[in-house]
Amino acid sequence: MPDGHHDPPGDPRILGAPAAFSPAVDAEVGQVARHLHTSEPATPTGSTSKRGGLGVVFWIAAGWVGLTVLLALLAPFLPLQSPTFQDYSVVNLGPSTHHLLGTDDLGRDMLSRIIWGSRDSLVISIVSVVVGMLIGGSAAMVAGYWGRKVDAVLNAASFVVLAFPPLLFILAVEAFWKPPLKSIELWKLVVMFTVVAAPQLFRVMRASTLAVSNREFVVAARSMGASTWRILTREILPNVLPAALSFALIGIALAVIIEGALAFLGLSVALPTPTLGNLINEAAQIYNLKANPTAALWPSLYIFFLVVGLNLMGDRLRSTFDVREGNL
Amino acid sequence: MWSYLGKRLAQLVVIAFVISILVFLLVHLLPGDPTVTILGPSDTHQARQELLKQLGLDKPLYEQYFIWLWNILQGNLGQSFLTHETVASAVGHAAPIDIELIIGSQLVAVLVAVPLALLAALRPNRAFDRSATTTTFGLLSFPSYVAGVLMVDAFAVGIHLFPASGFTPITQSLTQNLRGVTMPIIALTLGSVAIYFRLLRADLIATLQEDFVTMARAKGLSTRYILTRHALRPSSFALLAGAGISIGSLLTGTFVIEYYFNMAGMAATLVDAIQQRDYLVVQGLALIISVAYVIINMVVDFLLTLLDPRIRRA
Repeated sequence: MPDGHHDPPGDPRILGAPAAFSPAVDAEVGQVARHLHTSEPATPTGSTSKRGGLGVVFWIAAGWVGLTVLLALLAPFLPLQSPTFQDYSVVNLGPSTHHLLGTDDLGRDMLSRIIWGSRDSLVISIVSVVVGMLIGGSAAMVAGYWGRKVDAVLNAASFVVLAFPPLLFILAVEAFWKPPLKSIELWKLVVMFTVVAAPQLFRVMRASTLAVSNREFVVAARSMGASTWRILTREILPNVLPAALSFALIGIALAVIIEGALAFLGLSVALPTPTLGNLINEAAQIYNLKANPTAALWPSLYIFFLVVGLNLMGDRLRSTFDVREGNL
Repeated sequence: MWSYLGKRLAQLVVIAFVISILVFLLVHLLPGDPTVTILGPSDTHQARQELLKQLGLDKPLYEQYFIWLWNILQGNLGQSFLTHETVASAVGHAAPIDIELIIGSQLVAVLVAVPLALLAALRPNRAFDRSATTTTFGLLSFPSYVAGVLMVDAFAVGIHLFPASGFTPITQSLTQNLRGVTMPIIALTLGSVAIYFRLLRADLIATLQEDFVTMARAKGLSTRYILTRHALRPSSFALLAGAGISIGSLLTGTFVIEYYFNMAGMAATLVDAIQQRDYLVVQGLALIISVAYVIINMVVDFLLTLLDPRIRRA
């Protein structure tokens, strides 16, 4: 096993995955997982996690992400100007007490636009990853535990889907499928993101399930006559849950970035509804950059810190989880 | 070795076939009609039917698919409904941009990440390692389009160091070309640097704790020699696999950057074609991008077997 310490303990190649797909393709699997946080097996940098808890960094990150979500949820109740309210007497202002983050080229309040803009970004990212996890994750548990034919079929299917570049799929659907109602537009994006996320989450969750499904306690439960349903929900699920949560958090971070990219291209929710991506895009037009160079900065920073927070949480969860697994 | 290559090649053919079906279905089953873009929305039903016939779009789907496939097998990707430019020539215009951006950014990424990882792995958890690890973690959360915007803000609008948009082919002017691609390449490099650094660092640290390294130390070899000659090669599997994924995802990932810097690369050409319902161009480009993606992964697989012959037997 060449890249052994990177592979999750249950290397798919050992556990009867089609030998045809070797490491590079397999590596793609853990794309989300492995890339974003290479776990450090030999010298865990996460020294805080050794002592039990998740560490200060995790809670700061969680606090920040929580605050972001809370602001998005409470946006209608906050004392904010309407994000689409235009006031031509205060065009392109810098930060002030009236407009904490200044205004854009149409005199709209940046803070309000960012908070309102994060709503659609967060709905798309969170809902698609949660649904993708429910679909991909349960398929992965079934595939990983049952093995054999079920596994072979689901596995092959996930490879075919993964070989198709996701951005291509999103762009094609974006161009061809124009929903008549604006409210549906948001859900169209959710559906597309789910379709892209599910097979990826399937891959990483399958690896986690494989790692547990032949462990002693599962064999013990089986030998005591526990039903498959019981083994899946009581033995395997609790053991793959931390990993699942960590993948989900990192998946959400990725989804925020991708949604931003789409919005940046004008392919996400239509204007004038703000999203984090189209805020950057609007502010990044050359004439806007010249008139108001800081307007692009705020939404950029907002995305950056949100994604850092999510990644930190996922990373910390995962390293804590890995350490615990080593102690089993 | 040959049987291994043959097997992988057979796989490539199967995957390419499946992808061609997917691409075809994706384009044809979704609503939209190329005649609307060609004739405009107000033309008569009859003219529309005639044009469909002319373009061969009135035939049953499976027949259209096999005609398309048959033409591809003869090396003919077809031509645009609108401009009549052949798909091959469209690729010829667009691909150099992607190739330059991808090769440039990956080259810079490796040149930056490998020395950083070597230095960090030398003394794990010390100041340099910690700051590099933290920085790269931040870079992972830094979308390329944000980097692009902030760079344009600073270097094109603030001080006029680089042009904010446009692509000059190398054949026209090398300096103009380099000035144009500098910011896009840096924007695309950041994420890859972070990925490569983290993959290589983790592997190096693990490798440095293996027996053969202790042995080499006991023989009195210098740390630098051990790092570069003993530890680097067995530590670079994940790096290589990561490079495959990174390059593969850049095939379409360059799009946002190309869009912002106004460069008509593959993805940008594809999006234009999608919006104009230019079926053959969409199918051709999508197929080329997907197959390139698979080929890159296979090349990486092959390189991995060169690094570690054990994989071939797995």
